[in-house]
Amino acid sequence: MPEGYNFAYLDEQTKRMIRRALLKAVAIPGYQVPFASREMPLPYGWGTGGIQVTASVIGPGDILKVIDQGSDDTTNAVSIRRFFSKTAGVATTERTIDATIIQTRHRIPEHPLHEGQILVYQVPIPEPLRWMEPRETETRKMHALADYGVMHVKLYEDIARFGCIATSYNYPVLVHHRYVMAPSPIPKFDNPKMDRMPALQLFGAGREKRIYAVPPYTSVKSLDFEDYPFEIQRWDQPCALCGAADTYLDEVITDDVGTRLYVCSDSDACQERQKGAA
Amino acid sequence: MTYSDPILTVQAISKRFMGRGGCVDVGFDLWPGEVLGIVGESGSGKTTLLNCLSGRTTPDEGVVLYRGRDGEMADLHAMSEPRRRLLMRTDWGIVHQNPRDGLRFGVSAGANIGERLMAVGARHYGAIRGTAADWLGRVEIDGLRIDDRPSTFSGGMQQRLQIARNLVNGPRLVFMDEPTGGLDVSVQARLLDLLRRLVREMHLACVIVTHDLGVARLLAHRLMVMKEGRVIESGLTDQVLDDPHHPYTQLLVSSVLPA
Repeated sequence: MPEGYNFAYLDEQTKRMIRRALLKAVAIPGYQVPFASREMPLPYGWGTGGIQVTASVIGPGDILKVIDQGSDDTTNAVSIRRFFSKTAGVATTERTIDATIIQTRHRIPEHPLHEGQILVYQVPIPEPLRWMEPRETETRKMHALADYGVMHVKLYEDIARFGCIATSYNYPVLVHHRYVMAPSPIPKFDNPKMDRMPALQLFGAGREKRIYAVPPYTSVKSLDFEDYPFEIQRWDQPCALCGAADTYLDEVITDDVGTRLYVCSDSDACQERQKGAA
Repeated sequence: MTYSDPILTVQAISKRFMGRGGCVDVGFDLWPGEVLGIVGESGSGKTTLLNCLSGRTTPDEGVVLYRGRDGEMADLHAMSEPRRRLLMRTDWGIVHQNPRDGLRFGVSAGANIGERLMAVGARHYGAIRGTAADWLGRVEIDGLRIDDRPSTFSGGMQQRLQIARNLVNGPRLVFMDEPTGGLDVSVQARLLDLLRRLVREMHLACVIVTHDLGVARLLAHRLMVMKEGRVIESGLTDQVLDDPHHPYTQLLVSSVLPA
């Protein structure tokens, strides 16, 4: 560990402040708790919220995994992982089952999470009502009164225009039958995984200065209509590398004439499967 | 509840801004199916009064009592906010002078009409859309425009869409602030016909603020004339307009340009 840094970069007072916010967030599932977000050594939008949450809950014995769009080896994931191995000296891993803390952007790992694990989401826009109601004072009041009719106006508009609910990521959910929550920009494919998940889910929005949480085994329901029920994305073909037919696939264009390859977005799950097959 | 019970009772409402403007000591009763017109020049406190009545502004003094569907009178400004919000979207409607204040311009006409239904728990897309299409017809907008945004509508259509959006779940009391403001005469006439028909069919109680005496004569059963925040004359519409007593009302009536 380099000299001059406190364990996990943040000072202890800041961690206490964030932990207090986290405790409140866990106590009120889906409720956005304001916190005094700090400047972090990376730009807003790259995970300043997630990194502060991780820094506040991580201990010397933790094993950290960081994914970006499901992948362990993209720039953002690599640099955040290195950040914590430098400033906290913790062990890191790419294997979902070995990790105790998983910081994620855009995905929930394909491998089911287990009790004791913590999933930390990086959130750009924590307010699910923002696109329908620009006033923060009003959105807070709407949350307080569970006044969520406008969320269905948005879904109605999707069906009217596209014939189906075309919202494919950051699909709004109702947590614990009470608060409507933005699940961060994960694909709606991952929404069902949030429901009654054994792991603790923490959400950090650095720029917007909000923290919220879903405790283990909490009900998370995606909003929908009776005649247009919630559906997840499906693909016509399996993953080209591991052959999985039940995972979220990325479309990769491989040449200049438009040849396409569909591969798992979760690099760890894909490699595990390839190893198992070999 | 009997026919003789007022749906809205207003007692001595005052709302001043830094000791000036606003409205002073206004009181009246409104019965189901009745249309009350509030006329007066700009700055006479009409809109402030309407805001106090519809719960958007808290008056300095006085009470607004509303008789709910259960027949009980409730103080509008003393009730809890969730209850007031529920009233707003089940029992009341507010038609704004500027359609931009009353419509969502980012979503289609159908979604605008369906919003109130969804706010009170409708979750069947087909049913919501069917109701929206029905209401477009009732306010004389072509059903094919259901997926168009209000920004593509003419001023008169926007105003009619606003009316549909407010009346979709059968409110009992509607507030209108200059519903025909900014529309040309023929469009005004159509809108007034429509309003008259809907008010009669739905047995609506209505408070209409206007500075247009022609609109008041066509729509309102009773009239209140306001000047400098006070009600200076009130009575049956024909009575007030044909036989004005207060000098200001006489001036107001005589300053209408003959067509």
